[in-house]
Amino acid sequence: MRKLLIVAVALLAVGCPPPSETTSGASGGNEILVGEYGSLTGPEATFGQSTHNGIMMAMDEVNAAGGVKGRKIKVLTEDDQSKAEEAANTVSKLISQNNVVALLGEVASSNSLAAAPIAQSNKVPMISPSSTNPAVTEKGEYIFRMCFIDSYQGASMADYISKQLKMNRAAILVDVKSDYSTGLAQFFESAFVANGGRIVAKQSYAKGDNDFRSQLTAIRSANPQVIFIPGYYNDIGQIAIQARDLGITQPLAGGDGWESPKLVEIGGKAMEGSFYSNHYFAGDPDPRVRQFVEMYRERFGQTPDSLAALGYDAAKVLVNAMSKAAQLDGPSIRDQIAATKGFPGVTGVITLGPDRNPIGKKLAILEVRNGDVVLKDTFEPAGSSAAAAAATTAPTTAPTATTAPAKSGT
Amino acid sequence: MEDFLQNLLNGIAAGSIYALIALGYTMVYGVLKLINFAHGDIFMIGSFVGFYAGRYMARHATGEAASLGSAALVLLLAMLVCGIVGYLNERIAYRPLRNAPRIASLITAIGVSFLLEYGGQMVFGPDPKFFPTLVEKKIIHLGTITTTNYQFIVLAVAIVFMGLLQYIIYGTKFGRALRAVSFNFETASLMGIPTDRIISMTFVLGSMLAAVAGILYGLSYPKIDPLMGIMPGLKAFVAAVLGGIGNVPGAVVGGLLIGIIESFVGGSQFSSYRDGIAFVILIVILLFRPSGLFGRYEPEKV
Repeated sequence: MRKLLIVAVALLAVGCPPPSETTSGASGGNEILVGEYGSLTGPEATFGQSTHNGIMMAMDEVNAAGGVKGRKIKVLTEDDQSKAEEAANTVSKLISQNNVVALLGEVASSNSLAAAPIAQSNKVPMISPSSTNPAVTEKGEYIFRMCFIDSYQGASMADYISKQLKMNRAAILVDVKSDYSTGLAQFFESAFVANGGRIVAKQSYAKGDNDFRSQLTAIRSANPQVIFIPGYYNDIGQIAIQARDLGITQPLAGGDGWESPKLVEIGGKAMEGSFYSNHYFAGDPDPRVRQFVEMYRERFGQTPDSLAALGYDAAKVLVNAMSKAAQLDGPSIRDQIAATKGFPGVTGVITLGPDRNPIGKKLAILEVRNGDVVLKDTFEPAGSSAAAAAATTAPTTAPTATTAPAKSGT
Repeated sequence: MEDFLQNLLNGIAAGSIYALIALGYTMVYGVLKLINFAHGDIFMIGSFVGFYAGRYMARHATGEAASLGSAALVLLLAMLVCGIVGYLNERIAYRPLRNAPRIASLITAIGVSFLLEYGGQMVFGPDPKFFPTLVEKKIIHLGTITTTNYQFIVLAVAIVFMGLLQYIIYGTKFGRALRAVSFNFETASLMGIPTDRIISMTFVLGSMLAAVAGILYGLSYPKIDPLMGIMPGLKAFVAAVLGGIGNVPGAVVGGLLIGIIESFVGGSQFSSYRDGIAFVILIVILLFRPSGLFGRYEPEKV
């Protein structure tokens, strides 16, 4: 009973940070101010909420252990409503009005891409927990990320489908409004074609659409073995339902944008047998993961998704850099984040490379089975050198790539 | 060929929902010469009433007969709520402006639209909700095309309500009064027709049709949010203009046409330009028939 009470209080405390806390923090005091911006509402709301939970859990742990340099950390959280223009606004506000020393966010690549130039020009280091589009960290030396990038993700999925599942006919359904989706589709396509596969149909939709039947009808006629849909969870559920309505029985495949408890909730039975690539698997027997999952469940009453895990890691890496930095200003913190090496995170050992992306992170392929998300396969970084090679060479050599990946990202 | 039939069927199903919304625009325009921009948001409210009522029913009713009955009940409840909202909308926001310049009511309509959208975000929350399954879904194979019982339900319900509206307009005393008000507002009032009451009833009727559309939309595309009324509302408005605004059969044809055009463009290789191409086609049609397909061209007398 007491345990339940603690959970309830924790939930209350985290679920709705009182606004007064935010304003009083900005006015001064001895706290270190860190800005967080994310999609707490809107179509990608579970992304922002999970990330927020992960960040708060990490920061509370740090504060309970005495903070950084004897000072507590205060996280100022802003909601960008899943919109790129709002992401830019909130980040401007966090930097110019709240004077945060560092930024954590976003999940959706389009939103990170909108905010990154502002952080860069103000010399405020920003760590995106889970934006996978390569262009995000190319915005400048102050922008980092905690996750693998889409060239690796797309190529791994292509390898898995063509080599493990032995399928060579794929269709692609891409969200043209999302930098994440167009980028990932491109990397998947070039790697899949390089493996000898064929893209039999390529259709598109725009975030916010509700009717996908016409595109799915065209895909059905092309008779693919698998349909690759690198979109976000809230659209995937609808697409899956409409695909099954049209009699399409082939599995759907996607990327980490599918990761949300809402995926199966919206899609239901239509999601059975579909699979996607992800940053981590909550059932991983690794002791670090198990401890994290247990603590998170106790505090929030649900199993942490990969966004929560990456948010947790991003916060921990930032704290690690702040405690090593000589001064708590942008350039010193930036240098320490860039020097992150062998940091033990929940989503793997984190070492940041010269391009400010983590090197050699594992990739898990998860499948929806009986209404549950289960582990289907893992890609170890060592074994994926072929995939990595395909990712770096394919976009330039494959003739089917319509635009260069860098262009799609920016 | 199989794609053609499939797209046609999908287009008709989507178009009949647009048609139901377009009827509300066209009726209000017919009597008041006002474009009621809040109409798309009343459609949204219909969906949300269906969402809450449907979830309640799902917890309290089981079995196939019960599910059909509760679906009908949900539909009636949504119509009732939207009818009341439509009535209040007219009574509070538009009637005081009856004699003001027409632009004042138009701006008010836009204001009411925003009020409902952002008020909806406060009341319902901004996150998308998953519309409950009111009736069990069954997949039906018809030769080479595949469909669900939902598409047939959408079509059947839409046809029933359009028929009902046709009867009300041409077969009842209220309908005759409505046509009289639409023909000439002042003369109708001189002839002893209670114009204010007729106008209120028109709003109630249009809002009820929007509620029906909201429920059908929720069934077909089970992800609803407070801003969901904007695009379907806009498309239905264009459908009403395309058919000839103020013309009831025109709204139905316009709605179906938009649904079918969208479906075919969406299934082609230009799927990312779906909305754009659909609207370009409309502009072209309007270039040749400025008053819409069924609209009458009335020269201004000097």
